[in-house]
Amino acid sequence: MGWLPEAVSTYADRIDGIFYLILVITGVIFVVVEAVLLLFVFKYRHREGRAAHYTHGNTKVEIVWTAIPALLCVLIGVLSIGPWLEIRNQANIPADAYAIDLTAKQFEWNASYPGPDGRLGTADDVIKRNQIHIPGDRPVVVTLRSEDVIHSFFLPEFRVKQDAVPGMEIPVWFQATRTGEFTLACAELCGTGHTRMGGRLIVHSAEDFNAWLQSEGAGPPLGPRVAEASAEDIPDQEASADVPSERPVAVGTASPSTDHDHP
Amino acid sequence: MATTMTDAHAAHAQDHHEPSFLRKYVFSEDHKVIGIQFLFMSLFFLMIGGLLAAIMRWQLAYPTDPSRPLPGAGLFPETMVNAGIILPEFYNSAVTMHGTIMIFFAIMPLLVGVFANYLIPLQIGAPDMAFPKLNMMSFWTAFVAGLIIMAGFFVEGGHSAAGWTQYVPLSADPEWTGVYTGQQLWLIAMTVLGFSSLMGAVNYITTVINMRAPGMTWLRMPLPTWALFITAILILLAIPVLTGALIMLLFDQTIGTTFFTVATGGEPLLWQHMFWFFGHPEVYILILPAMGFVSEIISAGSRKPVFGYNAMVLAIVAIGFIGWIVWGHHMFQSGMNPTLGMSFMVTTMIIAVPSAIKTFNWLGTMWRGDLHFHTPMLHAVAFVAMFVIGGLSGVFVASTPVDIFLHDTYFVVAHIHYVLFGGSLFAIFGAITFWFPKMFGRMMNSSLGKIHFWLTLLFFNLTFFPMHNLGIAGMMRRIYDFTQYEFLTQFQGLQVFISWSAFLLVATQVIFAFNFIYSLFKGAEAPQNPWHANSLEWTAAPSPPPHGNFERTPTVYRGPYEYSHPDAADDYWPQNAPGHAAPASEPAYAE
Ligand code: HEM
Ligand SMILES: [Cu+2]
Ligand SMILES: [Cu+2]
Repeated sequence: MGWLPEAVSTYADRIDGIFYLILVITGVIFVVVEAVLLLFVFKYRHREGRAAHYTHGNTKVEIVWTAIPALLCVLIGVLSIGPWLEIRNQANIPADAYAIDLTAKQFEWNASYPGPDGRLGTADDVIKRNQIHIPGDRPVVVTLRSEDVIHSFFLPEFRVKQDAVPGMEIPVWFQATRTGEFTLACAELCGTGHTRMGGRLIVHSAEDFNAWLQSEGAGPPLGPRVAEASAEDIPDQEASADVPSERPVAVGTASPSTDHDHP
Repeated sequence: MATTMTDAHAAHAQDHHEPSFLRKYVFSEDHKVIGIQFLFMSLFFLMIGGLLAAIMRWQLAYPTDPSRPLPGAGLFPETMVNAGIILPEFYNSAVTMHGTIMIFFAIMPLLVGVFANYLIPLQIGAPDMAFPKLNMMSFWTAFVAGLIIMAGFFVEGGHSAAGWTQYVPLSADPEWTGVYTGQQLWLIAMTVLGFSSLMGAVNYITTVINMRAPGMTWLRMPLPTWALFITAILILLAIPVLTGALIMLLFDQTIGTTFFTVATGGEPLLWQHMFWFFGHPEVYILILPAMGFVSEIISAGSRKPVFGYNAMVLAIVAIGFIGWIVWGHHMFQSGMNPTLGMSFMVTTMIIAVPSAIKTFNWLGTMWRGDLHFHTPMLHAVAFVAMFVIGGLSGVFVASTPVDIFLHDTYFVVAHIHYVLFGGSLFAIFGAITFWFPKMFGRMMNSSLGKIHFWLTLLFFNLTFFPMHNLGIAGMMRRIYDFTQYEFLTQFQGLQVFISWSAFLLVATQVIFAFNFIYSLFKGAEAPQNPWHANSLEWTAAPSPPPHGNFERTPTVYRGPYEYSHPDAADDYWPQNAPGHAAPASEPAYAE
């Protein structure tokens, strides 16, 4: 029997927490309601001589059983707002997040890393197909684009899901809690090959990640993680508004599709 | 010469009394015949939808396994099934058309086309619909839509494969799916069907407002009629939005407009907003009538008035209003502004409340009742039990952070089926068995009915409950071959289990089909009021009612749920039985 996959992002536990809270609340309601239903089914089934009790209802109970679900729904709603904004509000994307571009197309994910010039979206970008490598010691912000139809970026273990919509650039951030290899999936029907639009997300330790960057000819290596200093660590940052630390781009800005060719 | 004239005259006179077969059963303007026409058509589509589901489940149980060829593979061309293996193109068409057919050609016409037509005039004491010709056109328009949608299976390139939600750009350009004609036929059929629904809706609304019998005040209306009335309003307001979107998409595909095409300034999310602005009211179109039937059946089956009739009416009306401001909950992960997502979460939480109220009121109706478990009652009680599960799973996906994980997984598939199969379809089985004697003057066989009920309940739960688990484990919707993902291969056994439960669920429906057809011809003759119910269709009209329904217009003295009233001689008290009753101006239920 399936249950939630291992949780490996910093906010996965908060999502799972609300999941379990709802599970407990709805679980209790489920058991009580079905038990009452079964009780009535047995207790009040027709027998010779039974007469039904004539009543049109009772305003007091009506008020009670309107108020209780309303309060529970408010509770669940209020508790959901915090994590939702933490995850999705762009103002909350950590400033020192390592930026990657991820472009979806039928039926592959292309992850771009800054090349030796340290900038994304230039000709020396390093592009990996269906593999996303990330450093494990800091947050990552992935800017999603699509070249054709809508796809959905899904990392089950990270509790990350976000559609990639043509014409939009949508930033998604997350931070891993451990190194390892995880599932990358497409969660939106995108055509005949939808089913095979999967891949791997590989979380490296800090040193391994730098070694990987080097082996791929990407760069520059990441310094130690210091939230404020990280932007300074990247050379040439005043040269262009397009440096990684300037990411993410606002949601909804239309962009021409990326100017480099994919392999 | 004279003789000829007399003959002609005689023939004419006869024609007047006995309309031709064609006018009586084919191009009929009688709301009852039209309802029954919708019944046959939508049961046909229910069967097609079920077969498509079985095909999908075969693939999911034995994904591209050459040692398990699809049974009956020879019936399909090689472009669909090759060497016994279902091709991904065909799988995507099957997913798309299963959803489309079930929602638009089976459940919606079963609830509305059949019962709004059949029940409304009978329950309010009217001789027919306000616009009988429009009503006839509504059916034949739906029939044409049905022909067009079926044609899509036979054209080159196969049927639409963009999902029943038809997200652009996937649906907008054949380049993305390889589907040409099928895609356009989908759009045309849905547009045509929309016109049919609109013609029906105008009719139902006008009829309810204008043609209620004397004494039939708003708060004496049976709940099926209330629910169908609000449903008709939802249809009238929602369908034009869908039709607009469909025509825009059709123009994008055919004459080069760019409403949704990004390269030229179009906007993919615009489609989703339009689709779900229609689509969420649509899901209430698919449940409100069911709630109405269930209220009726549970009250009659419990021999007790509906608990909190006013609250029930209020809940229907509330759903009718709030249903317009929750559509964004289908778009939490679409890239829509997260703040907007937050407000849609709040409205969605609010709309769960009227559903809860209704559930408690059904329990209240059964409390201290005298429950008769005939087949319709079994289905109605099962509706309550299953709808609770579907409503509660809705709360998970209504929470935006939890929906990040559950959106587009099998959890949503489980949710849909608990509300639409466990909910709507159970109510439909209940309603068909309940009103069958009225429609055809014969009873359905109750042993077969009960066997069908228990097996359906069992296999339904075995099929769909484990899908919650698949979703919680992260299995995506609409995937052709889950074994492509390593983390899903552990579910191979569960998939086989689900599939065989599904095959048995489909097979069980043969019992219903047999019972239906057998009872049409051989069923025991029905008494006029077999369930000892109060509403006018049972108490004022014979079974089946003649053209014009009532010999004379009935007068209504009380509400429809006066069961076990201490002053009544019997445990039911017909709405039209004269007696000491509150004058029509007083609210029907002053407690
Ligand atoms: C208790 C009230 C309900 C709540 C809170 C609720 C909530 C939701 C939410 C949030 C979704 C979107 C899930 C996602 O895509 O991630 C959804 C999907 C859906 N719901 Fe409900 N729901 C409720 C009742 C119903 C009812 C009564 C019906 C129909 C009779 C229904 C039919 C559907 C359908 C068809 C979908 C899936 C659409 C699709 O993506 O294909 N729901 N529901
Ligand atoms: Cu996909
Ligand atoms: Cu909805």
